[in-house]
Order: sequence, then structure tokens, then C-alpha cells
Amino acid sequence: MTEIPEHLRKRAEAAREKAASKASDAGDAAEAGADAAAAGSSEASSEAASKIPAHLLDRSKSAKARKAAGGGDSDDSSGGGGVAVATAPAAAAVATATAPVMTGPGGNTQRLLTVVKAGSIQDVKAKPQDKVHVWPHLIVVEFVAALAVTAFTLLFSVFVNAPLLELANFNQTPNPSKAPWYFLGLQELLTMFHPMVAGVTIPGIGIFALILAPYTDRNPSNKPEDRKFAVSLFTVHMMFWAVLTMIGSFFRGPGFNFVFPWVDGLFFEL
Amino acid sequence: MERKPTSKVVSEKVGELTETVQDSQAWNSIFRPGSVFRKGYSDSPRNRSYVIMNSVLYHLHPVKVKRHAVKVSYTLCLGGLSFFLFILLTVTGIFLMFFYRPTAAAAWSDISSLQTSVAFGLLVRNMHRWGAHLMVLSVFLHMARVFYHGAYKSPREFNWVIGVILLTLTLLLSFTGYLLPWDQLALWAVTVGTNMMGFTPVFGSQVRFVLLGGAEIGTDTLLRWYVLHVLFVPFVTVIFMAIHFWRVRKDGGISGPL
Repeated sequence: MTEIPEHLRKRAEAAREKAASKASDAGDAAEAGADAAAAGSSEASSEAASKIPAHLLDRSKSAKARKAAGGGDSDDSSGGGGVAVATAPAAAAVATATAPVMTGPGGNTQRLLTVVKAGSIQDVKAKPQDKVHVWPHLIVVEFVAALAVTAFTLLFSVFVNAPLLELANFNQTPNPSKAPWYFLGLQELLTMFHPMVAGVTIPGIGIFALILAPYTDRNPSNKPEDRKFAVSLFTVHMMFWAVLTMIGSFFRGPGFNFVFPWVDGLFFEL
Repeated sequence: MERKPTSKVVSEKVGELTETVQDSQAWNSIFRPGSVFRKGYSDSPRNRSYVIMNSVLYHLHPVKVKRHAVKVSYTLCLGGLSFFLFILLTVTGIFLMFFYRPTAAAAWSDISSLQTSVAFGLLVRNMHRWGAHLMVLSVFLHMARVFYHGAYKSPREFNWVIGVILLTLTLLLSFTGYLLPWDQLALWAVTVGTNMMGFTPVFGSQVRFVLLGGAEIGTDTLLRWYVLHVLFVPFVTVIFMAIHFWRVRKDGGISGPL
């Protein structure tokens, strides 16, 4: 989606307003000109109504006069050369007189053939969008968020120490041995499935299904009410995963047996 | 003769000095147009654009974004915060690297003495640890947010794929760092984790051998995971993050509004 830059849009709007005000002015002028035309000065009205510069009007008038004169010339060439010279000024005079007759109703010297709307030739897909400057609107939000997270991490780190247990000892297996918390869902699956299924197949399929999500979800809408199935499917899986992780984290004690943390205590290190 | 008050004289001098410095070639060569430190910065659409265009950090952003894109309630800042936590972890991690040797003999005592005899050592280690857990969480929540907004739909399908790769890279970053303190928690968590990977079909034992740098966890594993943790995985992650951010803009900014 491209957007029309704001300054261009404003410029176009200003130009349109200007054109509209001018057109109304011209309309007034045309009315005034019509009165004047009744008085015999149709040239003034045609000039006022049309936006054709005066020198162009003059040029076309003189061209028409010449053409008329030339026409007279060719007509009379069969008769005699002398007459042609004499009629030429007369023809010119007639041309001058008939020139206003050849103009349109508004006194225009051009004709309107058809009106072609812009949309029928150019399909403009870009619609002006409501946009804001990143500086300061987005940068401020990001800055505050970053500051808040830094403050939270700092304060949390002041009051809670990261665990450092005794030196690694191959001969002393802690009971229970637990993976990092984000793998405890997998470790929980180990209690139900063969290690290959729990440790490789299920997470592999999970990652693969996630990667394929945009290609399997053919529903073009992103409105929640249109994608209840996708949303519920995802939510069910996430909840399932969260419950597994929490059971693995808090409800598994020595021997990875099920315990209640409020009875046997917590067997969980971050 | 009447003397001016000292404060006025001082403020005049400071003003003059500021003027001179801000007019100097050196100053103007450092701060590009749009910098708030440049002379004559004022709040205008032109300068607002320059701030973004002329800053190496900010120009990850376009000059303007859709109005709804700045709503915190839409993104919850999760993607940006994941990136910010990555930076925070890089900074704290570099600090920790000064005091750490990745050998089975030295690792644990290095961490131990870092906590007791290095200024802010304990605090920085804590921040690194909690920041890492927070990053796993925020990347995960970011993914959920994107799913619920249907933001992975055309034209953003591939960026979602990059995002899933970044999620696995984040887990890898966290997991490789887990071993480094070389305490009981690290050793046995990694034992459980790598045993699981050893069940990869067909070439399971090879996978395990490559991961451990031997048949069993030992000092070679520590070196291997250290290099993975401080260099290899961050390097790959930065590349994928660059593609991820670039695609956000190429695909027309963030999705929505719903």
C-alpha cells in the first residue's frame, strides 16, 4: 500500500478549491458576457467564458478569415483573377462577422467530445491512509517500553539472584533432573511416550505445523469473528502446552513423580 | 561603571560558546540534519522526517506509520521488546565474557568469583539470566499475538516463517547458555535435553556426538556451547532479525487494523 504524500494531497486540494472558485467567477463573467453579447460584443463574452488566451483567439480568427478568403479565392478562380482580389476583403469581413456563430453555446471555440472519468483509464489503488510521524509518536512508545523493561529487569535482578548450585558433579544426579522450563513440556511428554516421539517427533511436527500455518490457513480474513476455528485450534494447543509445562515445572518431584507443590514443596529452578 | 550581574555574564558566555560550537564544521559534520543537537532544530514535518532518515538506529523505521501501528494495545510492544532484550543480553553478556573461561576446571569458580569479587558482577549476571528468560517469554508471546491478529496472512507468510526460525534460535540461545555456569543445574538440565535429542531417528547418536563434542558432556562440550552461545547463534539470529525487520517494512508495515 502506497500512500499519497500528505503535502501532495494538500496541494491537490488547494488547487481544486482554487479551480472551483475560478469556475464560479468565470460563470459570473459568462452571464455578464451574455448581456454584453446582446449589445453586440460577443467577443468579450467568449473571451471571458473560455480560458483561451486572447492571442490564440486572435490567431484562430485570423486563420479562419484567411481560410474564408482563400475559399473565396478558389471559387472565383474559375471566373476571373481580378474579382477574387476584390472579394477577398469582403469574404474576410464576412468571416469576421460569422466567427461568433461558429462558437459553442457558452461562447467556447472548442467542443466537449466526452467526459472520461479518471478511474476508467487509470485504476488508482492507493488510498490516502491515516499516518503519523514515527518521530515522535512511535519512538516515544518504544523508548518508554524499553525503559520499563530495563527497570523491571534491573529491580528484579537486585532482589532475586540467579541460581548457582554447587559445581557440576557427574557422580551425583540430582533428583529430579529437570530441563530448562521451556523444555519441561517435552520432558512431561517423556512420561507418556517413547523418547523419540516425545523428544523429536512431536516438537518437530509442532515447529513444522507452525511454519506451515500461513500456507494451510487459506482464510483471507484477519477478523477474529471470521476465524474462530483457527483461533480455537491455536488456543487449545497453546493451553495444552502451557498445562504440560506447568505440570512439568511445579507438579513433578523426585523421580519425576507427580507431587503437589503445596504438599511436597517446589522442585523447580530457573 | 555599572557591572552586569555575574549570572548574566555567564549565561551570555555560555550562549556564545554554544553558538560557536554549533556553527563549527566539526559539529555539523557529526550531527546530520534532523538531529535534535543540530542548531535550528524545530518541530516541523521536515525535521520529523529527517530525525528518522538521518539516524542509523531509527531508520529501521519508516518516516511515517499507520496511525493504528503506534497503539500499544495492538502490538503490546512484544516484538520490539524481544529485540531490545536481545540488545540488553548482548551488552550484559559482553560484560560477563570478561570474567569467564569456558573450561570445566575454571567455569564454575569464574562465575562464583564474578558474583563475589567483581563490581556489579552479581547484578549483571542476574540481569543476563532474567533477561534471557524474559526474552523467551516475550518472543513466545509475540508469536501468539501475531497469530491472534492473523498477521501471518498474505503478504506476510514468509515473515512468519522467519519468525518461527527466530523462536527456535531464541530457544537455542537460551539453552546453550544454560550449560555455561557449569553447576549441577546446568549439567543435568543439559543432560536431559541432549539425551532427548539423541533420540533423533537414524542419526541420533551422531547428533548427540556433534552437540556434545564427544560421547559425554565434558570440557569440550562447554567450549562448543560457549562458542555457539556467544558467537554462532547470535550471529545467525542477527541475520534473521535483519531479514525479519526488513520484511516488516517490505510487506507494508505491521498488519491491521483488525
